[in-house]
Amino acid sequence: MIATKQSLLLVLLVLLTIVSILFSLLSGSVELTLIQLLSELSQPQNELHSQIIHEIRIPRTIAAFITGGLLALAGAIMQVLLRNPLADPYILGISGGAAVGALSAILIGASGWWLSNAAFAGALASVAIVFGIANRFDSWSVTRLLLTGVVVSAGWGAVINILLTTSSSNNVQSMLFWLMGDLSQSNVGGSHYLLLAAGLIGGLIVSRSLNVLMRGELVAVSLGVNVNGLRIALYFSASLLTATAVTIAGSVGFVGLVIPHMLRLMGARDHRLLLPYSILLGGSFLVVADSLARTLIAPQQLPVGVVTAVIGVPTFLFILRSTITK
Amino acid sequence: MPILAIDSLTLAIQDKLLVKNLTVNIDEGQRWGLLGKNGVGKTTLLHSILGIFTPNAGEVKFQGENISDISRQELAKNLGILFQQGISTLPATVMETVLLGRHPHVQTLLRDDPQDLAIALDALKELGLEELIHRQVDSLSGGERQRLALAMLFAQMPTFFLLDEPNNHLDIAYQVKFLEALNDRLNQPIKNHASKVTSARKASLLIATHDINLASRFCDNIILMMGNGEWISGTNIEVLSSANLSRSYDCAIEMIESGTNRWFYPR
Repeated sequence: MIATKQSLLLVLLVLLTIVSILFSLLSGSVELTLIQLLSELSQPQNELHSQIIHEIRIPRTIAAFITGGLLALAGAIMQVLLRNPLADPYILGISGGAAVGALSAILIGASGWWLSNAAFAGALASVAIVFGIANRFDSWSVTRLLLTGVVVSAGWGAVINILLTTSSSNNVQSMLFWLMGDLSQSNVGGSHYLLLAAGLIGGLIVSRSLNVLMRGELVAVSLGVNVNGLRIALYFSASLLTATAVTIAGSVGFVGLVIPHMLRLMGARDHRLLLPYSILLGGSFLVVADSLARTLIAPQQLPVGVVTAVIGVPTFLFILRSTITK
Repeated sequence: MPILAIDSLTLAIQDKLLVKNLTVNIDEGQRWGLLGKNGVGKTTLLHSILGIFTPNAGEVKFQGENISDISRQELAKNLGILFQQGISTLPATVMETVLLGRHPHVQTLLRDDPQDLAIALDALKELGLEELIHRQVDSLSGGERQRLALAMLFAQMPTFFLLDEPNNHLDIAYQVKFLEALNDRLNQPIKNHASKVTSARKASLLIATHDINLASRFCDNIILMMGNGEWISGTNIEVLSSANLSRSYDCAIEMIESGTNRWFYPR
């Protein structure tokens, strides 16, 4: 019975992924029908349409899917690591560090490759600072890690505010887009697919240990889990996934916090299912959100982070309510 | 060779001395009780046997090897503990929870081995929980939850059982059921990870409790912690006397004998 319910969920998620991708490929200023889209994909006829699909919409859709998948996977891992339901990929200051890097790059007029690398460097600096401080004492304590992360985050927040208040209004516009999460500048390549795949495979290898760790540190130790080693591996892998996502799209909120929770509430508590399901749901969720972000007030674009919150909050509250009354 | 050797173990929390130079050898198949009043360090001693608490001096050896030299997974195949807190109430079904006990033995990466499922089901049957297999843990009563915790420990199939106050929250009827299931399991020969009997060896037990009568009925040997670092160990008959117990619990304790049973009560 449980097995059929879980496979039903998987079928739904795969369908959702396909539908969301088609929806994204059909959204935009140039109207396409589903039939036109499918025929262009199989056999290019109209050069303009083909160009729009292959050079604009497909890369953008892939970027959204990868970013959503990375964030949801990182969120699921972070929630086990910190054993805290409020944990999201940004709670330990990674997005703050990345934001300071990215905003500084915008301030000095850098864009594209430089902007991405500044964000990535900022994220890694934050990961190193938090780990360095939290790990100075012999034992590796989750509470100390969490507190250090939150405090470092607040520190980055202050720097971000300084950068925002002292920049010209032109720069502030792009800074705000970056802070809210925006896929219009994003560029996704082979290393991103590899990282997502590696994150999933690594996660699946330790997924049983994650199930045990969820029950508490003592239980995990008594059942043979090397808790300290596992936690350090989780910290660095979730950090790398988050840093990469933030580098692609800025700090898109909500996906990493809410997607794993939604899946848990729908019964996918076992990490052998939760991790792959998170990638599918997180990815397709961001694909839909991004399609809306670029079409709702076209020709202007909304930051995708705004849309994720607008769709995600009511959806999550609805699921929460329906599982509580059950 | 004893299966578990506690060698000159000294435990202290900050500057409070719990036990000094504790030396006890536990042989295969023996049942030991660990007695002492609240806060005397029973849980800390169990945790130091598991390697969760680092002793101030001395060592614990499992089958001749210092436990800190044994990998966590290898240790978990042999030493299993029932924690005082019982099992967590995170959303999970009864079957999911029992299967966690198989963790140290699991050989398959993602799929659940039918062997593990069978062992988990057997463990539930031993505790009369097979009807509840699909129930959510948070819908169980306190007594059912405690038996579920023991089922999870049975699924782990340790050769050495550590139990920390297993009778907490159990009424008398549940205490009897719980102890009967435990007694039956300890009387069976140890099975290997594939649930086959390969030798006549039996599992050993160390049970920390504040219930003197439970230890008196269930255990053949006793460690009595005195609260000032001193300790007494030996057979049930030697250690459990009014004089020793009164000194340990700081309260006059009397004994009555009825047949082969001895009962202790505060005066």
